[in-house]
Amino acid sequence: MTVVKQKVFVSSFDQLVERIGREINVDGQKVAVFRLSDGRVKAIGGICPHSHGPLAEGIVAGEYVFCPLHEYKVSLNDGKVQEPDDGCVETYETVIEDGQVYVLI
Amino acid sequence: MGKERLLLIGNGMAGVRTIEEILERDASKYEITIIGEEPYTNYNRIMLSNVLQKKMTVDEIITNSWDWYKDNQIELIHHDPAMAIDTKAKQVTTASGLRVDYDKCIIATGSRSFILPIEGAELEGVIGFRTIDDTLQMIERAKQYKRAAVIGGGLLGLEAAKGLLDQGMDVTVIHLEKWLMETQLNEPAGALLKQDLEKQGLKFLMEKKTSRLIGTTRVEAVEFSDGTQLEADIVVMAVGIRPVTALAKEAGLHVERGIVVDDFMRTSAEDVYAVGECAQHDNKVYGLVAPLYEQGKVLADLLTDKPTQGYKGSTVSTSLKVSGCDLFSAGIIRESEQVKAIEAFNGLANSYKKLFIQDNRIVGIVLYGDTSEENRYYKMLRDGVDISSMNPVSLLATAEGESTASVVDWADTDTVCGCNGITKGTIVNAIHTQELTSVADVVRCTKAGNSCGKCKPMISDLLTHVLGDNVSKAPTGICGCTDLTRDEIVLQIHEKGLMTSSEVYQELGFRNPEGCSKCRPAINFYLNVTFPKDHADEKESRFVNERMHGNIQKNGTFSVIPRMRGGQTTPQQLLKIAQVAEKYNVPLVKVTGSQRIGLYGINKEDLPEIWEELDMTSASAYAKAVRSVKTCVGANFCRFGTQDSMGLGIKLEERFEYIDTPHKFKMGVSACPRSCVESGVKDFGVIGVENGFQIYIGGNGGTEVKEAQLLTTVTTEQEVIDLCGAMIQYYRKTGIYAERTAPWVERLGFDHIKSVLLDPAKQKALLAELDEAVANKRKDPWTEIRKNENNEKELYAVGRG
Repeated sequence: MTVVKQKVFVSSFDQLVERIGREINVDGQKVAVFRLSDGRVKAIGGICPHSHGPLAEGIVAGEYVFCPLHEYKVSLNDGKVQEPDDGCVETYETVIEDGQVYVLI
Repeated sequence: MGKERLLLIGNGMAGVRTIEEILERDASKYEITIIGEEPYTNYNRIMLSNVLQKKMTVDEIITNSWDWYKDNQIELIHHDPAMAIDTKAKQVTTASGLRVDYDKCIIATGSRSFILPIEGAELEGVIGFRTIDDTLQMIERAKQYKRAAVIGGGLLGLEAAKGLLDQGMDVTVIHLEKWLMETQLNEPAGALLKQDLEKQGLKFLMEKKTSRLIGTTRVEAVEFSDGTQLEADIVVMAVGIRPVTALAKEAGLHVERGIVVDDFMRTSAEDVYAVGECAQHDNKVYGLVAPLYEQGKVLADLLTDKPTQGYKGSTVSTSLKVSGCDLFSAGIIRESEQVKAIEAFNGLANSYKKLFIQDNRIVGIVLYGDTSEENRYYKMLRDGVDISSMNPVSLLATAEGESTASVVDWADTDTVCGCNGITKGTIVNAIHTQELTSVADVVRCTKAGNSCGKCKPMISDLLTHVLGDNVSKAPTGICGCTDLTRDEIVLQIHEKGLMTSSEVYQELGFRNPEGCSKCRPAINFYLNVTFPKDHADEKESRFVNERMHGNIQKNGTFSVIPRMRGGQTTPQQLLKIAQVAEKYNVPLVKVTGSQRIGLYGINKEDLPEIWEELDMTSASAYAKAVRSVKTCVGANFCRFGTQDSMGLGIKLEERFEYIDTPHKFKMGVSACPRSCVESGVKDFGVIGVENGFQIYIGGNGGTEVKEAQLLTTVTTEQEVIDLCGAMIQYYRKTGIYAERTAPWVERLGFDHIKSVLLDPAKQKALLAELDEAVANKRKDPWTEIRKNENNEKELYAVGRG
């Protein structure tokens, strides 16, 4: 069975501030989208597996985001919580078309 | 045969210290009994003035607790003074009729306050300043009465006067002589001291002789020989102390001014010894702590059959424990045929130095205002250093970088703690062998620093010196990304002119090229402080609270806490808050800990709109920044209030709101010493008193409760505001990010911070620097976002799929 992914608009690339997350809400599901300092755009599940902190509000450093509630360090590449903590969040593909950022969900 | 019985009469500092010395030498030689008059175990009398000045509690000055007596199997006959010594039968009788036999007896009865033999001296409210009970009585009376007179402008009188001032009283010092502390200071230094104390709010009547005290049951006024009067509810007699010798005299011992002893502390009666203030050695009776301890050592050697050179007399030094008046005096301080002097007066810093020289050696020292050189000079005096090769002018100059200035370079035999006679070698050895890691450890194990405490900075230097090698491998970095400390990073930022976070990360070789959630806000802060004009605040390095201007809650919602300066609000504001709370179904409305109203559980998207509807500004209740100022209602409404605390609180808040600090900076202004806003646990706490404002700094009511320390007392609101600004800027410049002021004060040293903030030139410079740094930056963030000039509302948007 092929799952058809939904293409969800996030924002224009220009309005997406470098290293400041943006949260989108898709059918009750929260997704955190980040523009990294090298221009790549990453999207992961927006809720920290530890105590449901909003990852979009965290500090972004390199390819990681730090949850604002208890500083869990989450990889923006594979969604894995880094040692010594554990857990993981979804990762989503992102596309940029005509200067517009979309997430595939 | 049983142990010999050793009896000590007097449970004070000198006697108990002698016992400690004996126990150290031979703990099993004697069966020890101590007879004490006061209802306390041994305490540090020197620290009573700190209790009165609210810097310490009674518990903190107890040096030997009940456990100590128990652990050392010492019997303490408590609150029951000795009344008679029978030197033939070798027996002492106490007031309650107890009879104690001895083989050896030490008399250490100390001295009493000398109460002037004038009419009215017996009235209620006439107090000496000698014991815990005297001190507690003063504190009690200060709560009920207003006016205090202190007779005597010597060390004790001035410390008592300052303490009563800190207790909120209107204090006048009456002094017979032309200048204060005339036995320790010469006239110029005495005049400077008077000026500084006047600034703090003390009043003086000089060259006045008290002729009688007036009152029916309670003292009401002091009358002088010239017929004038001064109203007073308390009269503290601090004209001197007299050795307590009656017991010895009645026992037939040779007594002159004190109990006469030889070089081995032996009195004229066999097996009876005397140490401390009650003893007279070589025609001298001492009233300071260091000689007492030296005598104790000699006696301990003698009583444990150790070789001893005997006691040879002491050079005494004095310092005054009053904030803002640093003075030091030692040795011979009068010029004569043989003794010549060199002096320097610095009118800018209000400091004065005078060295007294005899035969090319320093024999006396008077320092006022700047006592940083006291150890250097005192060491030269003690060691009898030949100064003939030194130029007198350079001798008076501060010895920057000169090796003798640092305790680290001293010889092991040099004394660090003059009060207890503890050498550098003893301290260094204890640090090594007992693995001591803090000043408190060293004080506990060596007794260095437990009397006047002045040598604690040197102990700290020694610790750093000794442990420096051992702790070099311990993590020093500000976070896991680097091994560099805050100071190293800030220094490099300055030296290399690093203008952005990325430059810092790159140039200083951080392991993670974009840092982590710990160092990013810190580096951003350091850059903001270092280059206030040129560094653009990096929003992406701000913690969410400071980026969104609300405090993030556990479920990801935010709080909205509008500013109400000084905790004052209006019906209009309350109506608006109520309307918003209803309209947005705000889950929680609560009065906060610092007198604001908080709305909790707000969705991020709603923040800009709510701010718009409230039309109020942000109280910064989420930021590492100057927070709101807590105030009491003050003199306008409260019947106890002495100052307009609300007015001053609002002024402070207006003047310093929206300034970033290493951690939150909380303030409080109380209008009287009842301190309803708990000024004693604020970063900057003000307590209004009749003659001005006491300023306390470095308090913390949080994770680790820390009592704020009294910085100074000033007379005007403007002085309070200026001091506050200077402190904020100094904290910004030297604080570690996320370090509250309590650990900051501890790390830098209260005295250091005080010396900076109270130096008029430095204070002014700091204030100017702060104003320049924050010019055009102190803006309400909510208003800025409402104006939406930078498209910042975008930040609060949540996309919908």
